[in-house]
Amino acid sequence: MSSTARELIPPESREPEGAPGRTGRAKGGRVRRLSGRDKLVLSLMVGIPTLIELTLVWLPMLMSVGLSFTRWNGLDLGDIRPAGLDNYQFISQDYPPFWPAVQHNMLWLLFLALIATPLGLLLAVLLDQNIRGSKIYQSIFFAPVMLSLALIGIIWQLFYQRDNGLLNFLLGTAGTPQAVDWFGDSSVNIWAAMIAATWRHAGYVMLLYLAGLKGVDPSLKEAAAIDGANGYQTFFRVVFPAMRPINIVIVVITIIESLRAFDVVYVINRGTNGLEMLSALVIQNLVGEGQVIGVGSALAVVLLVISLVPIVFYLSRTFGKENKA
Amino acid sequence: MSSPATSTAHAGRKATAPAPRSGSRPKRHYGTHIFLTVMAVMWLIPLGWSVFTALRPVASTNEHGYFSLAGAFNFDNFIQAWTQGGFATYFWNSVIITVPAVLVTLFLASLMAFAVSRVNWKFNITLLIMFTAGNLLPPQVLAAPLFEMAKHFEVPYSFSDSGNMLNTYIIVIAVNTAFQMGFCTFVLSNYMKALSADLTEAALVDGAGIWRQYREIILPLCRPAFAALGTLQVIFIYNDYFWPLLFIQSGNRLPITTAINNLQGQFLNNYNLLAAGAVITVIPTLVIYLLLQRQFVAGLTLGSSKG
Repeated sequence: MSSTARELIPPESREPEGAPGRTGRAKGGRVRRLSGRDKLVLSLMVGIPTLIELTLVWLPMLMSVGLSFTRWNGLDLGDIRPAGLDNYQFISQDYPPFWPAVQHNMLWLLFLALIATPLGLLLAVLLDQNIRGSKIYQSIFFAPVMLSLALIGIIWQLFYQRDNGLLNFLLGTAGTPQAVDWFGDSSVNIWAAMIAATWRHAGYVMLLYLAGLKGVDPSLKEAAAIDGANGYQTFFRVVFPAMRPINIVIVVITIIESLRAFDVVYVINRGTNGLEMLSALVIQNLVGEGQVIGVGSALAVVLLVISLVPIVFYLSRTFGKENKA
Repeated sequence: MSSPATSTAHAGRKATAPAPRSGSRPKRHYGTHIFLTVMAVMWLIPLGWSVFTALRPVASTNEHGYFSLAGAFNFDNFIQAWTQGGFATYFWNSVIITVPAVLVTLFLASLMAFAVSRVNWKFNITLLIMFTAGNLLPPQVLAAPLFEMAKHFEVPYSFSDSGNMLNTYIIVIAVNTAFQMGFCTFVLSNYMKALSADLTEAALVDGAGIWRQYREIILPLCRPAFAALGTLQVIFIYNDYFWPLLFIQSGNRLPITTAINNLQGQFLNNYNLLAAGAVITVIPTLVIYLLLQRQFVAGLTLGSSKG
């Protein structure tokens, strides 16, 4: 920290008047060197949070990568054995839930991207008009966003149950042999879980787009209307492109939420029997008997590599401009 | 940032200069209302069904079935969940985890945000990218090493009955803090960057050091951002399911969000009690939502306002 502390120059001190500058970086102004105490304070201000972030986020991430090339039962540190690419070979060839999990993650992403996100956008556009009761509708659609995904799993379990759930009663099949166990039947439960996730995701997207729509300059819409554009044209050619920053955030949130779809499937059945997800498979290999840290870590690395795509996309959009400046 | 000022200005503009196409009278909105009402009813059904089930004693559902309005409605299930289901303990555990985690996260994030936004130096952007990226990772990517780190970090038995950091609140608080700090630093640094440089100029002339600039000038100005982020973080950490699941092994130390799953096994087929547990878990977030809705919404949109 001590060598970097020398670089710390408060922007406030770059005023034009005063003694000649002593550092090359300052643009012809007096630069007040930070006092020793200020350097110490700043080092601590940066150092403590950075140390925590490195130890509890970045170091574990790198260790996941490292452990994925080893064989270990998680007990004694001395028992860690190098395993090369064995774990990756195992998950891709001999681990039955792996490919279903990849497919389910893709399906989850497509469902959120093609159903939940557009639904949220539609709700936002409708509620952005000056309609009566807009605030009440907003509160209703937004309420599930306050709930944890784990709790959403429980609440929908009560709704989806085979014999005592409301859905089968409304369908008239409750108590009959035709009744579907929505979370238990491996041919439908992924769809049932995605609908439960949509319940939350659409409200979130609606909220972000409502904020985005308020930020669109109304004169843009008026100009489009004067040019003879109809409602659809105005929205898709003018308003929607003008919300580019929000659109990027929504794309990233949708991708990341689909990779994080852990809580809801884990609450339902720990991510088995039709609800395999990469994140749930990671945990299945880490907890309980017969821990296979290497296999769990290899799955974690697959998850990491996939999630780096939206993360890098988002960061380059967000920080790209500042880096050039 | 969706401040109230912009929304009223927007509404005012609409009132004075109605767009020629949309018309000033809300007469063509019948279709919209029908659609929104249908959606709103569908949106309320799952939660409404839980509340309905929770209010009916098991005896009356056994007698009349789940799909009936007959029988008594009372709070017996809530009382039973609170006392016998251990919800009083779980709820307290949530408080023990959430309050310190939110306070420490906001404090550390404000330090970091101050350093990267108000002071010009080489690694500003690098550090900010590192913090923001950390928050976007799926938590499961970090699970195995964090679990092993906690397990192999030995502490005296007087400190933890497991002899290591597993099964302690400290590790849950620390990991939650580390994970949420990235997002808070990102939001707060954007907020602080928007504050004028003149603000600290005067203090500098007076010879105020870095700490006084932070403590006496910048921090008080960030109160609205703290209110929004604090509300958001309380909800996020209260709703966190994963970290306690990973680290806490004794059932009676689990916070409410993670513990509710155990209720499924504990009270097999007593859906009334499960529903009551779910509703109890919702209540704190709903109270925060009703009291601090503006703060919560501001917090969510703060993070996305800059893309």
